Order: sequence, then C-alpha cells, then structure tokens
Amino acid sequence: MSRPQILATDLHYRYPDGMTALAGASFAIHHGERVAIVGANGAGKSTLLLHLSGVLQPSQGQVTIDDLPVTEKTFTTVRQRVGLVFQDPDDQLFMPTVLEDVTFGPLNLGVPPEESQRRARECLEQVGAWHLRDRPPHRLSAGEKRRVAIAAVLAMAPDVLVLDEPTTGLDPRGRRQLIQLLKGFPHTRIIASHDLDLVLELCPRTILLHAGKIAADRPTVELMRDDQLLQRTGLERPLSMQCCPICNNK
Amino acid sequence: MSGGDQAFLEPGLLDRLGHGDSSIHRLDPRAKLVVTFAFVLVVVSHDKYAVSALVPFFLYPAALLALSGIPVGQLVRKLVVTAPFALLVGLFNPLLDRAPLLELAGLEIAGGWVSFLSILLRFALTISALFLLVATTEIPALGRAAERLGVPRAFVVQLLMLYRYLFVLADEAARMARGHRLRGARRHPHWRVFAQMIGQLLIRALERARRIHRAMLCRGFDGRIPLLAELRFQARDWAFLLGWIAAFALLRFAEPAQLLGKLVLGGGA
Repeated sequence: MSRPQILATDLHYRYPDGMTALAGASFAIHHGERVAIVGANGAGKSTLLLHLSGVLQPSQGQVTIDDLPVTEKTFTTVRQRVGLVFQDPDDQLFMPTVLEDVTFGPLNLGVPPEESQRRARECLEQVGAWHLRDRPPHRLSAGEKRRVAIAAVLAMAPDVLVLDEPTTGLDPRGRRQLIQLLKGFPHTRIIASHDLDLVLELCPRTILLHAGKIAADRPTVELMRDDQLLQRTGLERPLSMQCCPICNNK
Repeated sequence: MSGGDQAFLEPGLLDRLGHGDSSIHRLDPRAKLVVTFAFVLVVVSHDKYAVSALVPFFLYPAALLALSGIPVGQLVRKLVVTAPFALLVGLFNPLLDRAPLLELAGLEIAGGWVSFLSILLRFALTISALFLLVATTEIPALGRAAERLGVPRAFVVQLLMLYRYLFVLADEAARMARGHRLRGARRHPHWRVFAQMIGQLLIRALERARRIHRAMLCRGFDGRIPLLAELRFQARDWAFLLGWIAAFALLRFAEPAQLLGKLVLGGGA
C-alpha cells in the first residue's frame, strides 16, 4: 500500500483550562479514503479535526500531511491542502457577500482576482449555489449556508475535505442533498458526525473516539454491529440497522 | 409563539434599501461618502444660535430623497428613534442660557431656546444625510470606499465584521430574552439577572470570535481582507461631488436666507 496521506502519531491535547481532549490518538488515512470519526459528546472529535489543519498544535505527538509535519512553518501549505468545513456555517462565512466569501481563500493564496472569480464560480456551481453569489450570508437558509461554506473550502483546491457535523441544522431533504453532494467529490473525506446513518452511507471506514482515545478503527458495517462497543462509548446502532419498530415490536 | 418578541433590529431593511436601483444608488460610494461628510462638517460649523442659516440645507436630504425613491416614512422613523439623544443634549440649554436674544411679536425669546432649536435642526440634517448615505449604499461598498479613501484597514475590517455579525449577535440576544420570558415571573429581568445575561452574551460573542478567527486562519487570513469589486469614478460621480460641495459652500458663506430676508425687507433688520 502507498504511504499514508494523513498520519497522526500519539496525539495528546489538553485545553488551557486543564481538560484533556486527546489522550494518545494514532491513525493513518490514505489517498481517496472516506473515513468517519464518531464518538459521544466531548469524545474529542472536533479537537481532533482542528489538529488535522493545524489550528491546534498537539501538546505531544505529531500530524503529517503527505510526509509534511504540521508545524507553524507549514500552516499555509497544510491549510490549503486540508479544507476544514466548520460545524456552524455562521463562523465560516464572514465576508459581506457569498461571492466575496468564496474568493477569500484563493485571493489569500495569491491567486489573481480573475482566476479566483472563475474558481469561485466553478465551486458555487458545483454545490448548486451560484445564484446566491450576491446575497449576504446572514440572509441564507441553513442548507444554503452549508453549501456555500463547502464551496468556500473547495475554492482553496484542497486534497482533503474535513467536515465537522455537516448535517447539523439541515432538514431531511437538505441532508439528502448534502449526502449526494459529498458522495460525488474526488477528495479524501474525513467526516465527524453523530449522524450514524450518514456515516454508514458515506464512509466505509470508521474511527471511534472515546475519552480522547481511539476505541476502534474498523470497517463501518462491522463496527456498527458491535452493540456492546457502541453502548460502552455512548452510541447506538444506526436507525437503518435497527429492527423496524412497527413491524417487529409485537 | 413570537408574541412579545420585539424586533431588536430590522435586518432586512437596510439591505433592501441599499440594493435599490436609482441614480443615487448607482453613484460611486466614495462620492457619496465625501459629500456626506462635507455636508455634516458644514452643518456643524455654524454658530450656536444659527437657525435660519440652517434651514436651506434641507435642500440636500430633500433632493436625495426625491432622486433615490427612499420612502420619507423610513427617514422619519429613524429620526424619531434617534431624537431622544438630541433632546437630551439640548435639554439644558433653555435652562442655562436665559439671556433674551430676540423678540418675536412682543415675546422675548431666550438664547437657550434658540440654540436648542439649532441643535434639533442640526440633528435632523446630519441624521438624514447619514441615513440616506447608508440607505443608498451597500455596507460592503461603503467599506471599500472608506478603504480607497485611506481609512486604515483595521477600521474597514471592523466595519465589515460588525455588519456581518450584528444580526447573529442580535439573534442570540433575542433567543436569550425569549428564554428568560418563558420562565421568568417578571416581564423584564431583574437588573442582576440582566447583568448576568449581558455577561453571558459577551462570553458567547468571544467564543464565536475565536471560532471565526480559526475559520479565517484556515483560509489563509494574514491580516488583510482582499476585496474584489473594482470602483470606477465616472463623470456623474464628479458632477455629484463637485456640484454639492459648491452648493454647500454657497449656502454656508453666502447665507441665502439672510440675502432673501434683506431682499424682502428692503435691506432692513
């Protein structure tokens, strides 16, 4: 097998208030993989994601992206390669209009304005949001915001897409559309979510975090069948793998 | 369900007005910005008892209202909402300054009342001009204009961020107020609870600021906000700029009200 694209070695992280969020997490992710990161509230999912794009620095251990260690010197490169979509799109869309927000990344990377605009258009069209280009982000619906946030990250031309709870606040149709959209991307995808049905549908592999450690790293279907493990870590089977409550509850 | 929720802000209003399409909306924001500031400067530069000299300046907001199609009602509402500040500022003038300044139909009028009236006029003029500027210009365009005119980037970034997150913050405050109303026995929170709510809001805002900063870093933010749109200063922008500045100069230094008065009274007074 080729060398891993993302390699995390023995990551530890303690927040300034003393709370330990990561207590020794190691894993390797290869090009083009789709990996879910699941775990109960406070298991360390978001903290882990912030390490992958160098927003947080581990107190111990290391992350490498394509053999490039994530340090302060490599931030710019790492953040271009690893596109992080935040949980709350309001945190991510900070520019006055949608188009300006999507061009923000490429312009910062030194892409000339015309090329940035062209790229922004391509990405907005890809997520079906080109018609929103002149709207201020605060006037968009939750689903529209989410799609624009994804376009803004795509515009940086990353190799890896990292999404934190991508279905939060979406209605069923919005969720369905998002899943279809995510299926179509060629990138390596890392998705942290409580939505285990989404995980089952999108990611063949799942990493289960529990109290800052990796409790399991297995094929998703296999992991989701392990009821004992799921219960111990505060999760339960995806709904689609549970027995039908109407037909079977007799 | 939403009964009793006050609208803290009218988020859509300024956006909608700013997106309008008229000869005023289409002007370069820099021209409007400079003219508005020239107007405000000229208006406040008047003597403290100035009343008749100020009246002709209503020409400017009136012309802008007519040309931009902004409903007069909107302007009046903004004036009413902000009026208490002006009233408060001028309140003590009639009490402190009782020296009779002029006589009108046998009635002595104290200087304080005249300066009070002058303050109200200035207030109405400057607020009208500022409201019309904001109502005919999108905030991002104003930010760009300010930046091109040499305003430090830090201020421009502040303005853009304020505009973007004011609604998010107001939303958060409204949710908190609703949460209180649904469980609180009183209509309005006790001042101690109120203080805690304000503190809570500050903490939430700080948390959000940190998350936004992270998101900005993830997209290569290095202290500068790149802005896209090109501004083009055209003949009509020059005409607007120079025309109004000439008009203000004329109104300020030639004092047409007095000229007119002299004309009517045959050089008396």
